[in-house]
Amino acid sequence: MIRITMIYPELLGTYGDVGNGLVLHQRAVRRGLSASLVSVGPGDEVPASDVYLLGGGEDGPQRLAADLLASSSFGEHVRDGALVVAVCAGLQILGRTFSVEGDDEYAGLGLADVVTRRGTQRSVGELVADVGGRTMVGFENHGGVTTLGEGVAPFGRVRMGRGNDGQADGFRTKNIWATYAHGPVLAMNPWMADLVLEHVSGESVAPLATAADLLYEERCRTLRLSRG
Amino acid sequence: MGDRLTIRDHTAKLVVLGVNFVSRLTGRGSGTVIGGRLGLQVSPGLLTSLSRNRSIVLVSGTNGKTTTTSMVVAGWGPGTATNATGANMPAGHVAALSADASPQTVLEVDEAWLPVVLSATRARVVVLLNLSRDQLDRANEVRLMAERWRAALANVGAGSMTVVANANDPLVVYAALGAAQVLWCDVPTTWLADATSCPMCTGVIEFDGSDWRCVCGFHRPEVITTALGDELTIGGVTVGLALAMPGEFNRANAAMALTALGVFGVSPTEAVGRINAVDNVAGRFSLRHWQGHAIRLLLAKNPAGFTAMLSTIPYDDSDVWIAINARIADGRDPSWLYDVGFESLRGHRVFCLGDRRLDLATRLDYAGVDFVVVNDESHLQSGDEPVRLLANYTAFSDWLARSSP
Repeated sequence: MIRITMIYPELLGTYGDVGNGLVLHQRAVRRGLSASLVSVGPGDEVPASDVYLLGGGEDGPQRLAADLLASSSFGEHVRDGALVVAVCAGLQILGRTFSVEGDDEYAGLGLADVVTRRGTQRSVGELVADVGGRTMVGFENHGGVTTLGEGVAPFGRVRMGRGNDGQADGFRTKNIWATYAHGPVLAMNPWMADLVLEHVSGESVAPLATAADLLYEERCRTLRLSRG
Repeated sequence: MGDRLTIRDHTAKLVVLGVNFVSRLTGRGSGTVIGGRLGLQVSPGLLTSLSRNRSIVLVSGTNGKTTTTSMVVAGWGPGTATNATGANMPAGHVAALSADASPQTVLEVDEAWLPVVLSATRARVVVLLNLSRDQLDRANEVRLMAERWRAALANVGAGSMTVVANANDPLVVYAALGAAQVLWCDVPTTWLADATSCPMCTGVIEFDGSDWRCVCGFHRPEVITTALGDELTIGGVTVGLALAMPGEFNRANAAMALTALGVFGVSPTEAVGRINAVDNVAGRFSLRHWQGHAIRLLLAKNPAGFTAMLSTIPYDDSDVWIAINARIADGRDPSWLYDVGFESLRGHRVFCLGDRRLDLATRLDYAGVDFVVVNDESHLQSGDEPVRLLANYTAFSDWLARSSP
């Protein structure tokens, strides 16, 4: 049984990121894998899970989500090895500190040696990154500049857009995959959804034909064209 | 100077009218915005000058602006000035006011422009319908919008303006509380996903039916002027609402339009007949024809709007056409498709149209909805009954332009 848990979609789901849960669940059950999809609301207990999904959110809700998660068992489950797939605001709150609404610094969950400061301008537009030799497509919309600590690997290398700083996008640890890409990212990039399933199930998954394959091809083609 | 325009304003007004006339004549544009822009360059204070000695209603919000504006215009009766569809920024307002000197004036206002237009026009009534996520690539945050509205309303002197506000939408309430005088409307509001976190303190708002409150003390207003359930009552008087247009959201729009008119002494029981008769607004809900197909055109451009529009589709096995673009006016990021409960379309077959038809197809695939990706529109099929076509902003304009009545 693959347990998929969406964290506070009411707070961290401004950009359709709730779709990541749907996509993972569907890609598992359509292959005959047993999977559950649970949504944790503010104030709910965070249950043990194989993969946690965190999405993007506005500044106030992001701070609220960080505060609620800090006093929950989420950090414990992650330290025990559960996989986290985090996007945008979700990425930022996993780090040591983040700044939103002005320059005040807020404490993150400290699950990675990563710091996010407010940039001078918002990064809004298509985001394309090279992730382990594969092309990840998505859309970013954030005001953060994220700096990775010594030894923390980026999730991808930016080929279009800005990501953390124009060079790197997100970060990757043993069990945290964090990116600035909305889309939702697992809907846009079916290969990435399958990597998540393979990571949590420990086995390779069978090919699965979905409309997402056509979408991914079309996005890659269109974005290459628009780059001239 | 009283109500007379200065020479500069008068020149600017002639520029607006002249340029728009030529624009329409040459077919280069719809003739509403370009003249307004040039007029504002000649006289930046033109909107203020043209607004003098009028009774102005401004209508803003994420969804229902155009329809509600039309309803206020219809309810007020002949001799009411208003702006053309979509021309809801100052250039469009200047064009409308230059072309029509009627003292009764209703202006639809883009959410982001409300503070500017409010201070320029000194409106008597401001209608605040709702606030939810829309085109976030341009607008960034819904909460920021609520904050800006609140500050703008607080700048208006007490006694000169009445706000008509949706009491069920916490973000609208937060904004409206900036104003000195508010008429609260209890109208159906289904989309509350952007108001989980309190705009006052970021805490979690508790919802209980249509009631809501936060531990910080921020709560739903208690004194309600307008209540819409099975019946509509305004100030304790029951009004016979029977709209030609479908949807709970349109009933909510009508209730707020009637409340706004009440401020000017227009009786809701008298105005409601004129509002009931409104059957399409700028093509929305209209029956169109294209290449032998009969099409019911429905505009839905963001999660709240789409959710509301899907609720008007009956549970049957009819085909539905959906057209999605992600051009600048739509917002360039279609990830909001995952905030819409397309699962309700199971049992229908959906034809995916528009620039981003593959994004839609992917969403429908994961929702378990039968879909067809239409790469060649000459292959579209429809039956004897008009087919429903839901389209977002530029896709809607495209289908309205290519079809005929």
